[in-house]
Amino acid sequence: MPNQPLPYYVNYLPVLLQIVVACLVAGGMVALSALLGKHRYSRTKMQAYECGMVGTGDARQRFSVKFYMVAMLFILFDVEAIFLIPWAVIYRKLPAAIAPALGAGPRDFSARMFGFWEMLVYIGIVLVGFFYIWKKGALDWNATTEKTDF
Amino acid sequence: MTATPELSYVRILPEIILSICGIVVMFVEPLLPQRGSHKSLGVFSFVGTLAALIASLYQTNYPGWGWFNMIRVDEFSVFFHVLICAISAVVILASFEYLETQEIRGGEYYALILFGTVGMVLMSSAVELVLIFIALEISSIATYVLAGYRRRAATSAESSIKYFLLGSFATAFFLYGVALMFGATGSTSIYTISSALQSGQVTLGASSVPVSYSLAYVAVALMFVGLGFKVASAPFHIWTPDVYEGAPAPVVALMSTGPKAAAFAVMLRILFGAGIDTSKAWFWLVWISAALSMTLGNLGALLQSNVKRMLAYSSIAHAGYLLVAFAAVIAPNARDTGISAAIFYAAAYAAMNVGAFAVVSHFARHGERYVNFEDYAGLGKRSPILAATLSIFLLSLLGLPATGGFFAKFYVFNAAIKSDLIWLTVIGLINSAIASYYYLRLIVVMYMYEPQPGEEKLQLRAAPGLTAALVITAIITIWLGVRPAGVLDYATRGASRLLPSFQQSSNLSR
Repeated sequence: MPNQPLPYYVNYLPVLLQIVVACLVAGGMVALSALLGKHRYSRTKMQAYECGMVGTGDARQRFSVKFYMVAMLFILFDVEAIFLIPWAVIYRKLPAAIAPALGAGPRDFSARMFGFWEMLVYIGIVLVGFFYIWKKGALDWNATTEKTDF
Repeated sequence: MTATPELSYVRILPEIILSICGIVVMFVEPLLPQRGSHKSLGVFSFVGTLAALIASLYQTNYPGWGWFNMIRVDEFSVFFHVLICAISAVVILASFEYLETQEIRGGEYYALILFGTVGMVLMSSAVELVLIFIALEISSIATYVLAGYRRRAATSAESSIKYFLLGSFATAFFLYGVALMFGATGSTSIYTISSALQSGQVTLGASSVPVSYSLAYVAVALMFVGLGFKVASAPFHIWTPDVYEGAPAPVVALMSTGPKAAAFAVMLRILFGAGIDTSKAWFWLVWISAALSMTLGNLGALLQSNVKRMLAYSSIAHAGYLLVAFAAVIAPNARDTGISAAIFYAAAYAAMNVGAFAVVSHFARHGERYVNFEDYAGLGKRSPILAATLSIFLLSLLGLPATGGFFAKFYVFNAAIKSDLIWLTVIGLINSAIASYYYLRLIVVMYMYEPQPGEEKLQLRAAPGLTAALVITAIITIWLGVRPAGVLDYATRGASRLLPSFQQSSNLSR
């Protein structure tokens, strides 16, 4: 049956192949080095860090968990920054695409500047968020909890 | 014809206004003295919600599509816009006094209400499943945070965490449903889905393949799970009492009405707007969920000693009554009646429930310590006007004539009988009788019990903002009970805009 369309999940075959190859390569490397490699154990080699400084003290210490705030904010602004990428990729094609909806020609000023204004508004909103966390003292590593308490 | 740009912006005017107000609040809040009152921001937010309400009314002049057919403004969405903006405005009014008594500072509270309102308003006008999902998340995330706003109370944190975990789980169900619907029909736009399901063909490039109906039914069921959680209908209601108990009372007033109304709007859009074969896909889902919600909600409410938990169970029961109207749409001659009954119910329930929780927020006092039935003893003597107002809301929730709750239930069961849902009607009426026990018990406690020792002299006086909120909700509750025709008329017009027959013709004309 030449006209019968293939089931859509055939499209996922490369993904399956990729998974199989990745497993084979990763597993193969570990297995081969375990089988074929030379194993000479010495005192230095069995230490936690073969290179760098010798470890001192105990790892079980109390430490401030305020880094979670910075980490969270990092993720937030990271994700917001990622939205710039698709915008930048299609920026030159945007005027032609948006012109009909604006009721303007693709060379018109409104169509050419549309993407620019849209992104300006977006960045403005992100900046307000940045201003907010800054003034709230969330970026201040030494601030007591007093300031961010409401 | 594609919409001109100005009109496209008009289609989301309330959302734009609310967003700008919310951003301004977030911008100004850090500049204000941290120790001071943030009431000015609250007043600003109140004005913002009023402006959004007026903008929604202005939208009636420009019905139609916007933003590449992702937004649809018609009587249906305008009705819900106005309803949700009004809920937020009243909740903000009721919050002034509450935040002061609970010693909660923070203008972010108002900003979150505004952002949540953006999501709810967008939910009611979005006709594209991905946009609906984003709107759902905007409204949900704001309410998750608001639920934990009594930061010093462990119950509030519990409420926030429970709401967040279960809520994200439920939205995941919704999203999975959206994905399957896309798989079945090749589109996420409700009206494209509708035509695909009606013609049974999906156009993929040059070829066309048959629609997978079983996939579409599974998709509808999954979306129903996600939305059923938001409206707290059984069997997705488990979170409700715990969350409502811990969350600040004005926030409960918001989240028991606003997101519910918006989620019902989305359900109406998906179930009826998408024109999915009515008999198979969802009828029994809705029937069982309605019967379970009414029964479990009312039986659960009987056992409560905490007024907030009692109202939480009653809110589950009311979601059940509303779903009866959904089930009633099955019969062709009751389609308009069923949908308009559901819309009217959402409005009436919002008025009486916001009012009831506003009174509860006042009686709760510092730390929300006075929320049990026995704390309400003798309130009829101590603050007669407030007790009378609460009685109005309770009687309306019970469905006594001359209140909005009566006509809401009347229209729902009228529609149910019209479509021969005798058993569902019987279950509903039995449940209404059960409900009278716990609503009347609170009134009995208020008027016939002696106040607790040491509290006889304690006078409770509502602040101006709360008084205004109570007057507005009480007037609307009674007005809906005395002259329901105007609102019902509008609801019926909204319902007719939703039905596929209308959309077919309007699709061609636009």
